[in-house]
Amino acid sequence: MRRASREWQRLGERCMERLLFAGSLSGIVTLGAMVVFTFAAGLPVILRTGLGRFLLGQHWRPLEGEFGIAAMVVGSVFVTLGALAAAVPLGLGTAILLSEFAPPWVRRIARPAVELLAGIPSVVYGFYGLVVIVPLIRQHLGGVGFSILAGSVILAVMILPTLITIALDSLRQVPDSYRQGSLALGATRWQTVRRVVLPAARSGVVAAVVLGAGRAVGETMAVLMVTGNVAVLPESILSPVRTLTGNIALEMGYAAGEHQQALFASGIVLFILTMILNGLIQLRRVGRVAR
Amino acid sequence: MEEGLARAVLWGCLLVVLGALAAIVGHVLVQGLPGIDVDFLTTAPRASGREGGILTTIVATLYLVAGALAIAGPVGIACAIYLAEYLREGSLERIARFGVQTLAGVPSIIFGLFGFTAFVLWLGLGWSILSGSLTLAAMILPTLVKAAEEAIRAVPDSYRQGSLALGATKGQTILRVVLPVAMPGILSGVILSIGRVIGETAAVLLTAGSALGFAVSPLDSGRTMAVHLYLLAMEGISVPKAYSTSAVLILLVVGLNALATRITSRFTVRR
Amino acid sequence: MINVLGRQGRPLEGQLEQRAKMRTENLCVYYGSLLAVKYVSLPVVRHSVTALIGPSGCGKSTFLRALNRMNEVIPGARTEGRVLLDGHDIHDPSLDVADLRRRVGMVFQQPNPFPMSVYDNVAYGLRIQGIRDRATLDRIVENSLREAALWDEVKDRMRRSALELSGGQQQRLVIARVLAVRPEVILMDEPASALDPVSTARLEDLIHDLKREYTIVIVTHNMRQAARVSDWTAFMLNGELIEYGPTERIFTNPSDPRTEAYITGRFG
Repeated sequence: MRRASREWQRLGERCMERLLFAGSLSGIVTLGAMVVFTFAAGLPVILRTGLGRFLLGQHWRPLEGEFGIAAMVVGSVFVTLGALAAAVPLGLGTAILLSEFAPPWVRRIARPAVELLAGIPSVVYGFYGLVVIVPLIRQHLGGVGFSILAGSVILAVMILPTLITIALDSLRQVPDSYRQGSLALGATRWQTVRRVVLPAARSGVVAAVVLGAGRAVGETMAVLMVTGNVAVLPESILSPVRTLTGNIALEMGYAAGEHQQALFASGIVLFILTMILNGLIQLRRVGRVAR
Repeated sequence: MEEGLARAVLWGCLLVVLGALAAIVGHVLVQGLPGIDVDFLTTAPRASGREGGILTTIVATLYLVAGALAIAGPVGIACAIYLAEYLREGSLERIARFGVQTLAGVPSIIFGLFGFTAFVLWLGLGWSILSGSLTLAAMILPTLVKAAEEAIRAVPDSYRQGSLALGATKGQTILRVVLPVAMPGILSGVILSIGRVIGETAAVLLTAGSALGFAVSPLDSGRTMAVHLYLLAMEGISVPKAYSTSAVLILLVVGLNALATRITSRFTVRR
Repeated sequence: MINVLGRQGRPLEGQLEQRAKMRTENLCVYYGSLLAVKYVSLPVVRHSVTALIGPSGCGKSTFLRALNRMNEVIPGARTEGRVLLDGHDIHDPSLDVADLRRRVGMVFQQPNPFPMSVYDNVAYGLRIQGIRDRATLDRIVENSLREAALWDEVKDRMRRSALELSGGQQQRLVIARVLAVRPEVILMDEPASALDPVSTARLEDLIHDLKREYTIVIVTHNMRQAARVSDWTAFMLNGELIEYGPTERIFTNPSDPRTEAYITGRFG
């Protein structure tokens, strides 16, 4: 009786382990499926057009069978760089303040605020940009308002939580003994931060920036709603642009045949771009463990 | 001198960040709250959303949340358990972890593309709640796994040893001791995921479509609140309705965040 | 060769053989390449308390954990040699490790009640065996708590969280949890080290009462505690068993100079 029930139990344990094992592969299996499906749908167009002409071609005329995504790549890069230019100083400054200078009650207010900032749906940010930022730019700086600038401003706000959270984490991980050592030598708090704490937290800060960039490149809706989506090379930060993500979201609804394949192809470019950014971080992490 | 300037600049950064949040939330709430009443929440949209409420979009959103969680929840928790409790360091562990981590960085539009070819076209599910749920399940998987694995790893080893020493098997120990103790952490991961599903637009638009009617069967297309807001704003259908929908979304996020904080803080107090 | 002479000076080998509930033969435990327990052969006498003493890091806790295969939970730990329970090797593949641990229960250094109610803690071991019957559970839970001398203190708070109990109460709760599955041997790993003196005294009384029903092995760094509660004492040093014998003799007339040095407080 007892022996028999133990047999059943052992069987149950084995089944459970198998199931959990299957679950543990879900991440890699999903990733694999995504690669297979997007590549299968998009690769033919790239091969037919030629990688060079696809990436560097300046004309996106899907109805005439001309697929060059240079304008969109440039659009994505400019909007992302603009967002980083605004968000990196702001995010790092906030993280440093919260980690090194702010009294606890400020942290208690800032934490839920940053969480809220992270939780607001991107489409709400996009809507805000559409009804507030775009008209502001149009009235005060000229142009149509739909522009690189508008996209960068909205994106900057959206990636702030990523930057602040990760930078704050890495700053907090710097041992207090470093700070005390520096303060004991007569350094001021700011000198301590600049010369001891920040260098010690460098790799985490870099990771924060790279992750922020990844989010910015991949963001779709908010950018799409404020950049005007003209698929030509921009002339200034007040020019409208179309991003890679925006291009996919805008045209997927009606695209068919080769046009649809071309959208998948631009998805592949985006995929690889974010994989590279992610790989950078994971490599850094592995490197740090190995050291 | 330099010290004072540096501090002033840092405080300035915080103020700008908080100011941006206050400006956005404040503006949307001030413009949107007046339009929210019982009618807005309990009637279906009419004239493509120019009139009426947002009831059908609420239903579609809930449907999608339930579907995505039903698929990703068990899989993600199983993955987290295996990573935390069974896997020793090694190549298998690295592969499994690489998959989850990389997935976390993939932009949502790529999930949309994937869902569109794999579920909408290849499986023939069409634009439907089911296609959307499957796609979003893939998208929230990393969030769930990360939260659950951290929560499971935080369970003190003394509980596992106490259970094993009483003659419990590993499986019994995990099901009866480890998971209940880790539950608050797992739940906050679930709440985070709900937030992502509610807010996602691009991937939903490509896989669940934007039909404005009531979604009944999982094979019906449905328009979530976020997609509705996008279309209201971009197609210039109704700015006031867009404001109100935005306000509802923000209130939902505030509520979810508060819920997550409560669960975690109650958990830490009891410890 | 280990000196096992009784008070009367006659060999106890044969007598011990019959009375041994457990016995180890050339037991070695490795952590990776580190040999933490070296060729230890030791009997555990039925219905008695055996104390393992020695300075910290001497391998006494590792030895204890080998008796119910709890070392297997630690990655890289490996055991060689034999551990016999009623004459059967506990490493025998036909023997289920969960069954073994039910028969050879364990109380840890830090009280480790589960974050559940008092009742659910004690009922845990029964429920995992598939016992669902309410009346049976109630009866065994009450009996176990009475046996662990905790019933009167918790009978009105069975549904409250076990984490609300004091440290001493938690440790007795953990003992009740072990008793509920009717073990034959109870291993205690420095069970009083986290307790105040009053709780420690209560725990020692409890150990004394429990040996009528159970066989107990206790690891302690407190020699006076070993002298008070145990019938047999084993002294370990650097993973080796130095000396084993009746507690009274070990403490009054140790035969190895290292044992004497330790119990007179010259090291450790």
